[in-house]
Amino acid sequence: MPEGDKTAPRDPKSVDETEALLARGRYVADRALATAVYLALKLNRPLFLEGEAGVGKTEIAKVLAETLGRRLIRLQCYEGLDVASAVYEWNYARQMIEIRLAEAAGDKDRETLGKDVFSEQFLIKRPLLQLTGGPPVLLIDELDRADEPFEAYLLEVLSDWQITIPEIGAIKAKAPPIVVVTSNRTREIHDALKRRCFYYWVDYPTAERELDILKVKAPNVPAALSREIVAFVQALRKQDLFKLPGVAETIDWAQALAQLDVVALDPAVVSSTLGALLKYQDDIAKIQGSEAMKILEQIKVEVSAAKRRPGA
Amino acid sequence: MPAIGSPDDQRGRLVDNLILFARVLRAAGLPVGPGKVIDAAEAVRAVGVTSRDDFYWTLHAVFVNRRDQREVFDQAFHVFWRNPRLLERMMSIALPQTVVPPEEERRELSKRVADAFRSMNESEANRPQDKIETEFDAAMTWSEDEMLRHQDFEKMSTEELERAKRAIARLRLPVEERPIRRFQLHPSGNRFDLRATLRRSLRGGGQDLEILRKRQRTRRPPLVILCDISGSMARYARMMLHFLHAIANDRDRVYTFLFGTRLTNVTRHLRYKDPDVALAKVGEAAEDWSGGTRIGVSLHEFNRLWSRRVLAQGAVVLLISDGLDREGAKGLAREIERLHKSSRRLVWLNPLLRYEGFEPKSTGIRAMLPHVDEFRPVHNLESLEQLAAALSRPASPEEMRPWLKQLH
Repeated sequence: MPEGDKTAPRDPKSVDETEALLARGRYVADRALATAVYLALKLNRPLFLEGEAGVGKTEIAKVLAETLGRRLIRLQCYEGLDVASAVYEWNYARQMIEIRLAEAAGDKDRETLGKDVFSEQFLIKRPLLQLTGGPPVLLIDELDRADEPFEAYLLEVLSDWQITIPEIGAIKAKAPPIVVVTSNRTREIHDALKRRCFYYWVDYPTAERELDILKVKAPNVPAALSREIVAFVQALRKQDLFKLPGVAETIDWAQALAQLDVVALDPAVVSSTLGALLKYQDDIAKIQGSEAMKILEQIKVEVSAAKRRPGA
Repeated sequence: MPAIGSPDDQRGRLVDNLILFARVLRAAGLPVGPGKVIDAAEAVRAVGVTSRDDFYWTLHAVFVNRRDQREVFDQAFHVFWRNPRLLERMMSIALPQTVVPPEEERRELSKRVADAFRSMNESEANRPQDKIETEFDAAMTWSEDEMLRHQDFEKMSTEELERAKRAIARLRLPVEERPIRRFQLHPSGNRFDLRATLRRSLRGGGQDLEILRKRQRTRRPPLVILCDISGSMARYARMMLHFLHAIANDRDRVYTFLFGTRLTNVTRHLRYKDPDVALAKVGEAAEDWSGGTRIGVSLHEFNRLWSRRVLAQGAVVLLISDGLDREGAKGLAREIERLHKSSRRLVWLNPLLRYEGFEPKSTGIRAMLPHVDEFRPVHNLESLEQLAAALSRPASPEEMRPWLKQLH
């Protein structure tokens, strides 16, 4: 465990420390998320994050790796992901050379040759097998994209922290890694896997938290503009859209507007930069023009009302 | 917060309370096993019971597994942990109450079972006659079956419907398999399997090298069915449900939705093995039987809420509808286009095709026709058999061409 190691940052000891830790990594987390993260760290269970695209699920793993001073191993899932690309593969070319060399030298018998060729040095380690070194942060990203058999395979890895290679035997992780599993819910993940994890649904942030996020992630954007941006995005999320804008889109948009030296939102600016926020032509067509105007007017009223209130 | 005594006592009390809380959640329908209670106790010990908020989110992380469980958890939490004493009393009162609904259900179910038995007895009563006929003349029954195959569902008598249902229950839908990214050894595969080759070679001491081959494995893609249950489809919808039930029970990854004025996901209801139970459940779930049709609105709802969750991995979509839209096909073209673009193959089954001189005249049909891969009849057993055959081979654009020509 890293506690014994003086150079490595310590694991947090309470929910408060976890919150502070995430804040150090420039991640604005609410109490609920900090609790889930702390539990996952403390009890060595995977953290299962579900939520719409662009709400900061992947970011949590990155921040954890950075602030805890651990290696980040990322396993991006896709349809047809198999053991050869997720766990290990034998280095056949090297094995062949080894056999030929042994033949040429003529000094090895069959049994030792077989043992030598299927040893760890001929193994190409893919993300999951790299776990067996130190305790890193393992990010299993977008698990819903992998197919069900792979999910079943993960069950063994995530509960026993060991991987079985037929030729060598079981390889066990020295210390259990921190595992973060994310899903965009393009299909339901099986309950058996979810049961082994702490679950957290990453929702769209409240206006207040989104403003905090903008302050941290896009500090060059003027405060007044940030407030308008957040109000606009929050209003947009109440619309009936195919894909609602996530936090990532809000940050993108804020930075785009800052680059264009915009100080306040107006219909022309919104129309020309809507592409940073909405990613479907249907949605853009729906919001562009009168709808955007309506939202703008509404948020101007809200923002100025909020300004007049003391302490806002 | 639960009352706190000495440390030991406190732990015992807390665990007791957690067990009770788990029971409440289980009664409310959350999948909470005994393992979860142990997890919860461990988690609470790790976080410490200092603030109500932390306590809430600690239990949330353990007990909640899906987004839609949050509401239930929230309500249960606030009722339970306000005053466990009160709750204990509530439990003692509530427990008999929670037992009541299942009993009611059972009574209802028993009625359903009784219904099922009655209809079974009736068909038993019919069966001897069938048998006599078969004994008389085997060829005769064959031709009767043949007639049944061509007969319109709408024109069938009750007894013929029963027989058609039995035929449908035997029907299989072999959707064309898609290659997946996994391999299997195969003598005439198109890739070398280096791993297997080397292992085989080593078995013989690395002397000779016999190249082994592998090929991609295939798997049936998910099947998504959208079935119209509006007034104009009423008679067919009943038969379609039997058809849907047969498919849903034959294979995995079948998702079924019904729509009239709104969309209902009946995938879970159709999983019941007994068709009568399954159809009764479906009947309860869908509230818009034999009403109007709002195809555009229903497809919009599907596209927005479900398409990304069920249309992954090369799904095939069966749309069963007569295409007669109450709202004059408003927004229909756009929605069907989106549906078409997010599915690998969109097959439209339309019972109106039973008419010889069918022409795509209604606005709904004209809006939908350009965006489907196939347009097929679905009014009798034969057409269902043809559907099975069509799905087992790739879609052919040629078959669509005459229809598209009629649009202009």
